[in-house]
Order: sequence, then structure tokens, then C-alpha cells
Amino acid sequence: MRRSAFRRSRGDVPFRVASIGAGIVLLAIMAAIGVFLVVKAIPALQANTSNFLTEKIWTPNATEPKFGIAALAFGTVLGSFLALIIATPVAIGVALFISHYAPRRLAAVLGYVVDLLAAVPSVVYGLWGVAFLVPFMRGPSEFLNTYFAWIPLFGGDQVVGKSMLTASIVLAIMILPIIAAISREVFLQAPKMQEEAALALGATRWEMIRMSVLPFGRPGIISAAMLGLGRAMGETIAVALILPATFGISFQILGPNGNSIAANIANGFGEATTIGRGALIASGLVLFLITLVVNMGARLIIARRKEFARAA
Amino acid sequence: MTTVQTGIQPISTSRRVKDRVVQALVYLAFAIAVVPLLSVLWLVVKNGLARFDLEFLTHSMRNIGARDAGGGAYHAIIGTLEQVLLASLIAVPIGLLTAVYLVEYGAGGRLARWISFFVDVMTGVPSVVSGLFVLAFWVLALGMPFSGFAGAMALSILMMPVVVRSAEEMLRLVPNDLREASYALGVPKWRTIVKVVLPTAFTGIVTGVMLAVARVAGETAPLLLTVFFTDSINNDPFSGPQMGLPLYVFDQAGRPTDTAIDRAWTGALTLILIVMLLNLVARLIAWWRSPAKRG
Repeated sequence: MRRSAFRRSRGDVPFRVASIGAGIVLLAIMAAIGVFLVVKAIPALQANTSNFLTEKIWTPNATEPKFGIAALAFGTVLGSFLALIIATPVAIGVALFISHYAPRRLAAVLGYVVDLLAAVPSVVYGLWGVAFLVPFMRGPSEFLNTYFAWIPLFGGDQVVGKSMLTASIVLAIMILPIIAAISREVFLQAPKMQEEAALALGATRWEMIRMSVLPFGRPGIISAAMLGLGRAMGETIAVALILPATFGISFQILGPNGNSIAANIANGFGEATTIGRGALIASGLVLFLITLVVNMGARLIIARRKEFARAA
Repeated sequence: MTTVQTGIQPISTSRRVKDRVVQALVYLAFAIAVVPLLSVLWLVVKNGLARFDLEFLTHSMRNIGARDAGGGAYHAIIGTLEQVLLASLIAVPIGLLTAVYLVEYGAGGRLARWISFFVDVMTGVPSVVSGLFVLAFWVLALGMPFSGFAGAMALSILMMPVVVRSAEEMLRLVPNDLREASYALGVPKWRTIVKVVLPTAFTGIVTGVMLAVARVAGETAPLLLTVFFTDSINNDPFSGPQMGLPLYVFDQAGRPTDTAIDRAWTGALTLILIVMLLNLVARLIAWWRSPAKRG
């Protein structure tokens, strides 16, 4: 389409330049985040007397700085995957409830109620987690440890409330509204004709959903889950308040193990020296890269699956 | 009695049972999602009301000893309001103009695709990373002090992609007929955007901005790394450490005394009230300006 057909006004060029400029500022900020994190991490990495990628200990403030990302990265990935496993089925159920089960008039209000979960600040979840969920989880954790210890995750000799499992449950609650909101939007866009055709052929409501809504919504669910995963990985304060902040690698999610990159930044920043700050920035860079990969992966999956969804 | 053969068979029991089971699971999922919300709200209100008094809202923590009762969050409330306002002043113009570029100018071009991609990536930037960035860039590289403004910059990075996405969505909803009608009258493109497109999308954009504000108002991690701590009132966001309400809750929750825990709960209650109020205002604006009501 040619736009030269109408006369250019004097205000057009500045407005256009301003809008392009704003977009470029956004790109510049993203680049600057990467650049400045790298620049400020390098001195600390050079002072490190240990291998940053394989070391588990985190003592950057010592005279011989020794720190590594291994245990922190492991905790971050384990915790957020557990949260994802807990949250996704519930979120899909919630999304289906609002899009296809709830009475039409109530649906908007109930959707707003779920959105409120996202409006609660993370520090409040942290406070709630410490005051309520940590003591509450001791019983169920003992139960899991007694009867399901043959599953490696629930094994171990020590069972505590401040565990990886508790942190994952709080994370799951925090990412549930995001996954539910995106899935709900996708389910609502499922082609009405297909749904009605399925019902007209005698399908029950579940069969209709399985045949027309879920196949259509699959890329949406996957992208929602990946975004939730990214959110869980970067979540800081709630996890910092709940996790015991140890530096080991263990799959025993009921025991006093667990830490995450973000929680370590929040806990360690107060007493960090110059090298300590650099070390935290280096760990933040790793977190940034992991979430970048997860988010880009989500986008690639959507881009590839979208064609199937459209073809179907 | 004769039976009429219609060809329609009753739904078999197994299919009906499966349908009912799924329905029960879906209802259960919703119940599971609501339980934590109710639990959080109940505990915050119950424990928060104990200290929700005039002293809490009008006093800072200055000269409050480790074991003292009393003290308040006035300094934190002031800090949060200033930081969020500054963050909006930075993020809203940039976000809105970017959305205008994506929808009105860039449509499908290479630069627009890049920007759109990185807006999505930016949505996934963890809040603690934006705080670390401001720390590395503003405090460590430029040598500027910790301040409320540094916190506002970190918050604005988190706000921008949300503003862009919601504004973009709203601008795309504006019917092309309106734009074409305006062009046909000889109105230049930028005036069409300012006078026709933006007013039409205004409600949605304001709602999106308010929701973005509500989201960053509760962020703790970026503040922790950029505004530092203070127990005193600091009205100037450009110099000296400030406090923020989320940071206040985190700080008090980490202290070992019961009086501090009480203050943490009341801080949480205040924070939730502010965030919910912003949410409510956003919805009210959406309702007040909605075409259905004007129609």
C-alpha cells in the first residue's frame, strides 16, 4: 500500500521518529542489560579461585573468593519444574471452568477472582508461606516421607517445613493465574463452529472439548506453561523467605535442601563486598540467560505449532 | 406400545460417567485455585488489622528499637508512591509510542518484528535481573547513589513490555474503517493516530497501564537492589536511600520479634489494599469509558 497518495503533514515526521525511537530504546535496554551484567561480572569471575560453572559453594566475600552456580542453578530448575508440574493441570482446569463450564454470567467475575491471585504481591505470598504454609506442610511431608519414600523425591531422613516442596507450592500458586489466563483466552478463541458441530454430532461436553478445544489450544497451553516456568525461575522474594538457603545438590525435596539463584541474590546482597556484588551479578546473568532460552523456546514452539492449529 | 426408531441412541453410561468425572475435576481445579487466595487474604486481614492504625500510616520506623512496638510504614508508603509514579512516567510514554510504532508504522517490517520479539523476551526478564541491571549500570558503572529513582528505573523496565503489549492489543482492535475515514477527509496520519486511534483505544490503554502499575507496585526484588533500606522518611526520590512498601514487609518479616511480624502483616495489608485499589480503579475506568455505556 502506498501512502504517498495523501499530503504529508509537518507533524508526521517527528511523530514517526519518536515512535521508532521508543522502539529502539526498548531494544537498547535489552542489549544494555546483557552488556552491563557481563561487564560487572567479569572482575568477580576473574577473582574467583574456583570453577564458576561446577562449584557448589558460594563464598565470594572471603579473602579467597570461591563461588559457583551449580547448586543454585540446580535448585532454580528443580523448584520451577516442580511448580510447573503442580500448577499446569490445575490452571488448565481453571481455564476450562471459566471458558466452558461456569455459567455465562458468573464467568467474568470468576475470571477476575483468579486474576486477583496474580495481583497479590510476591512478598505477601512469602509472608503467608512462612507463617502458614511452612508449619502446615510438616504433616503432609511426613506422610509422603513415610509412605512414598520409595520415590526418590520423597526420600531422605530429615523432613522439614522449609523445604523445596513448600517453595514449589508457593511458586505454583504464583504462576497459576498466568497459565490460567493465557489458556482461558486461547480456549475462548476455539472455533465455535467446530464446537457446535461436535455437540450436534452427539458428543458430550468433555468429548467436544477433547476434540475441538484442546487441539486448538495446545500451542497456547504450551506457551503459557513456558511463560509460567520463566516466571517461576525468576521469582525471588517468596522463595528467599521460604527456602533454607543451603548449597548442595539433592533431589530430596522434603529435606532441608534447596536454594535458587534469585533467592541467593536477595539473601546475599546485604552483606556483599565488591567481589560479592560482582558474583551476584554473574549469577543474575546466568538466570537472565536461562529465562531467555526458556522464553525463546516458548516462542519457537508456538511459531511451529501455530500452523498445525490453523490447519486443523 | 410401539417404539419410534429415530436412530438417536442414548449416550452410553461410560461416556456419561467420563463426562461427569471431567466436570467434577474442572470444578475441583477452580476450588483448589481459590483456596490459597482466600487463605492469603484471610490471614493478611486477620493479622494485619492488629496494627492497622493511624500511627502505622503516619509514622516511620525512625527511633523504633528492635523490640519496640509501634512505628509505622509512612516512609515506605511515600517511597512506593513516588517510585511507582516515576516508573510510570518513564515506561508509559516509551511503551505507548512503541505500540504505536508496531501497529501504525512498522506493520510487518523487519524492525517491527525485532522489536515485537524483544518485547516478548523483555516480558520474561525476571524482576531481580532488572534490579541487578540498574545496580550494575546506575550504581556501579555510573557511580550514582542508591535512590528511589534507581528503583523507579528498575520498575519501569518491568512495566514497559506490559504497557506495549496491552496498548498494542487495544490499538489493533480499533477498526480500520475509522482510520480510512479519517485519511479520506485529508487528515494526516499522525493526527489520525492522536485524534482518532488513541481516543478510541483510550479505555483499554488506561486499564492496561493501571494493571501494569499494580503489578510493579508489589515488586520487592528490584527495590532491594536499588533503593536500599532506610527507617526514616525521605521525600526526595532522587537522593539518598528510600523505602518501599514491599521492601518494608520483607524487612520486617525477617526480624525476629513479634512486633516486627505484626508490622509486616499490616504492611502486607496496606500493600494489598493499594494494589487492589489500583485494580479496581482500572476496571472502573474501563467500565466508565466503555462504548456500551456511551452507546
